[in-house]
Amino acid sequence: LVYTPVDERIGTPVTQEQAGPARGTIVRRPRRRRAGPRQVSWLIAVPSVALLLAYHFVAPISSVGYAFTDWNGLTSPRWIGLRNFREILHSGVSNGALKNTLFLAATLLVVSNAFGCLLALALNRTLKTRNFLRAIFFLPFVIAPLATSYVWQYIFSYEGTLNQFLGAVGLESWKTAWLGDPTWALWTVAAALVWQTAGLCMVIYLAGLQGIPPEIEEAAVVDGAKDVYRLRRVILPLLAPSITIASTLMLIYGMRVFDQVLAITGGGPVGTSETLATQVYEQTFTYGRFGFGAALSVVLSLMIMLLALGQLLILRSREDRTS
Amino acid sequence: MILLASVWFIPVYIVLVFSFKKPLDVYEHPMLPPRHPTLDNFTTAWKGSGRVTMSDAFVNSIVITACSVALLLVFGSLAAYALARRSSRLSTGLYLLYVLGFIIPFQLAIVPLYKAMRTLHLLGSLYGMILLYAGLLMPLTVFLYTGFMRVLPREYEESARVDGASQFRTFWRVVFPLLMPVTATVAVLDGVIIWNDFFNPLIFLSGSGKITIPVAIYSFVNENPAQYNLILAGVLVASLPIIALYLFAQRQLIRGFSGGIRG
Repeated sequence: LVYTPVDERIGTPVTQEQAGPARGTIVRRPRRRRAGPRQVSWLIAVPSVALLLAYHFVAPISSVGYAFTDWNGLTSPRWIGLRNFREILHSGVSNGALKNTLFLAATLLVVSNAFGCLLALALNRTLKTRNFLRAIFFLPFVIAPLATSYVWQYIFSYEGTLNQFLGAVGLESWKTAWLGDPTWALWTVAAALVWQTAGLCMVIYLAGLQGIPPEIEEAAVVDGAKDVYRLRRVILPLLAPSITIASTLMLIYGMRVFDQVLAITGGGPVGTSETLATQVYEQTFTYGRFGFGAALSVVLSLMIMLLALGQLLILRSREDRTS
Repeated sequence: MILLASVWFIPVYIVLVFSFKKPLDVYEHPMLPPRHPTLDNFTTAWKGSGRVTMSDAFVNSIVITACSVALLLVFGSLAAYALARRSSRLSTGLYLLYVLGFIIPFQLAIVPLYKAMRTLHLLGSLYGMILLYAGLLMPLTVFLYTGFMRVLPREYEESARVDGASQFRTFWRVVFPLLMPVTATVAVLDGVIIWNDFFNPLIFLSGSGKITIPVAIYSFVNENPAQYNLILAGVLVASLPIIALYLFAQRQLIRGFSGGIRG
């Protein structure tokens, strides 16, 4: 593409004298960007903005209205004030779902993050197999979470891999029906989640590590910094932005868990591994309690927004302090 | 490291081995390679459950994913173009709206959306799903495009405009080709998210017989509980397109997920 300067007022190529005026002469330069008809028109953004408003603003906001009703999907909704919210706090299942959601989010936040960070640190050194190993650890994240969860259902089933392993190493007495045991069911979901998401944390940390100039690390080595010290005082502070991103993502991901629970435990045994997301689905579409489902979704959304925002602010302020 | 990598690989190994096993083989030697490899599991899984075959689900998933991604690329890049090239208060405000749309959890919208889609007869319709995903992933798409476009030099498009090309022509002929790298990332990222999504088709396509791959697996498992040789064969079939894409566009995917999702 060859650029020929054109005088836009008359549409002819600009001659040498016009393009380079003699010193001292006053020339009114054609305005470059702000000229009216050449501006990009807002019209081209209309379809996208319409979709944005409909799906991300109108629908969610009207959901808040339904949360205060007893709408069952058929008859017209009746205003019942805060009754739905009171029920969420007091009913056993919703209350348990609330706690389970927080538990899964916290587990992902801590365990996936730690795994991801360690994997990244390890992979950042071994150059030869780095890409191959990175691919292996990241693979679980791109396959449908519902699909991979069924492998975990097998692993934790009574005839499954975990119990086979325990039997083989002589821990026969540790064998248990992991999926049917209220104390363990949620842990099986957590294990699948960590397997699925640690790879994502890893690539975020790898990207962060690659941004650290090797000179800094070398300088720390020359100064005689020990491995642990170097990690804590040099590398981790420089990784602060990656920590912020990975933690926020894991928190949000953990709060939204749905597929994994439905696939692995189905919320059971007796509702002990339900999460808020599975409860939203079940109450709304299985029991037809649309108003109550809307209230649950409001609680879930408020929790996601408040926790994510709070965590983001804390981590950001730490970033500023360390940098 | 090698040990951890092997542990990480165990579930994949289980899928690969189980898919080719006969039930008795699964029971007797679960972790050994199949003794009498068979393809029966795949034939059963491909037949699917009830009225819905896996191949129907594949067609639905492909149609939904392809059309949604096309809409997202076209409308998203156009909106980002306006956002990146206008520098008014309106532009900043709109950009903030997209970011906010990114933050507001989508679960919140389900009840009103279900009602609206029922009124518009979009429940159980592929059009409804396509529109839904176009809306759902619009913030992410515009976010990625705008970031890329802001650092894209204006000279090419300005010269095209000066040469008399219309706004649309300038965009499609000059700007859009320059966006190729980010278009590839956005397409792969949006495509994977849509393809893997289970929650929305479960709700909005339920009972229609027009289901997508994840829902097909879900109902297949419900019909064959604990028959892991069948289940995992279904899982493998359903994941093959993504695995193929992963081998082919691994870098794009990893870059997209590590850089793109941060919002």
